[in-house]
Amino acid sequence: MWFPPSAPLRATRFGGHLPPQGGKGAQGWLFATLQRALVLANCCGSTLMGTMANAGKPEAWHEAIIRAFKDNDVKIVVYVPDNVLRPLIDAVTNDSYFTAFPTTREEEAIGIVSGAAMAGGRGIVLMQTSGFATLANVLASLCVAAQIPALMMVSERGTLGEFQIGQAIVCRTMRPVLESLGIEHHTVTRLDEAHFIVDRTIKQAFKTQAPAALILSPLLTAKREG
Amino acid sequence: MRRNAKTMNRLDLTQRLVARLKHDEAVIGGIGNSNFDLWNAGKRPQNFYMLGSMGLAGPIAFGVALAQPKRRVIALEGDGSLLMQLGSLATIAMMKPKNLILVVWDNGMYQITGSQKTATEVADLVEIARSAGIEKSAWASDETEFERLIERALIEDGPWFIAARIDGSAPKGQTPREPVIIKDNFMRGLGVKGG
Repeated sequence: MWFPPSAPLRATRFGGHLPPQGGKGAQGWLFATLQRALVLANCCGSTLMGTMANAGKPEAWHEAIIRAFKDNDVKIVVYVPDNVLRPLIDAVTNDSYFTAFPTTREEEAIGIVSGAAMAGGRGIVLMQTSGFATLANVLASLCVAAQIPALMMVSERGTLGEFQIGQAIVCRTMRPVLESLGIEHHTVTRLDEAHFIVDRTIKQAFKTQAPAALILSPLLTAKREG
Repeated sequence: MRRNAKTMNRLDLTQRLVARLKHDEAVIGGIGNSNFDLWNAGKRPQNFYMLGSMGLAGPIAFGVALAQPKRRVIALEGDGSLLMQLGSLATIAMMKPKNLILVVWDNGMYQITGSQKTATEVADLVEIARSAGIEKSAWASDETEFERLIERALIEDGPWFIAARIDGSAPKGQTPREPVIIKDNFMRGLGVKGG
């Protein structure tokens, strides 16, 4: 991945969030080295803060995403529920910063965030892979045709251990549909890249007035064994 | 009741509606004849003309209403389009946007594709909306009552659902197929700068 030199380094956010360094010998040295490496890469000010938030407790994936939403004034979160997305849905529902609610279909949700975008609001639609498969028409005839920055976040099912053959098949349609519509999309696989990818994708969508999709891989969202 | 409502004309009712808009209210014209007659009723920068995404006039209007809660927002939708997204009525009823007005033109047919009949022959859209939880749902029994309902809806808190039976007259002209220009004009009309 390319990290532009102008990537924001939020030095002010470092203070108070990093665990004390040097207190535990090799561990402290490791922290210091890690921090220096990340700062040198000039890419992860916000990520480092997030990863080390709450005195050493690692930031969860949904917390990194919520931080990116708030950094970009994305206040409307419309979803068709998904079990993997549950921590994100629960968090935005319980946070008064957001207007979060479910719709009966994903198309309806795209209509709502499209209307909001044209009226100066910022929203995102959360859904599962199978829900994305219902969207080709609205994306083509509304968002792409009229250049509306509808944001989508898709929890990826159908791969890396899927047990439903239908989910596995429909999953294969997702990226070809996005590609054929020319919609910018990124797959988030790593926690340390999550904020950066979500943040930059939201910014680009609104600056260029184009829809965009963020795909959350099981590599990011699955509960790991051991 | 639908069967007691007078059969009216879509362009005439659209003109009566537009004539009552004094506060830069936003209007979303649904795909096909709903937006063609909105176009024919006079261009306004606060009009958005849908050229696709059948059934989404209500949800798009709801999104505008969410982002600009001080502005009244009106969706004009056909019966065939609404039948495609009946679930959106439940969402709107649940969220109760005070500034949203749904207007449905019911001619009992998919007029633009050859006048095939829709299910509104048996399904009463006002009863459906009321059962979904939109309390202020009504059939306009004639032109005078349509105007009275619109005037109330522009003042009293919504959401509103106003349905009118209409005839099968074809629109006199069609909206130019220029989605980016339509969207850009609409955003300017709402005082929003893109990008």
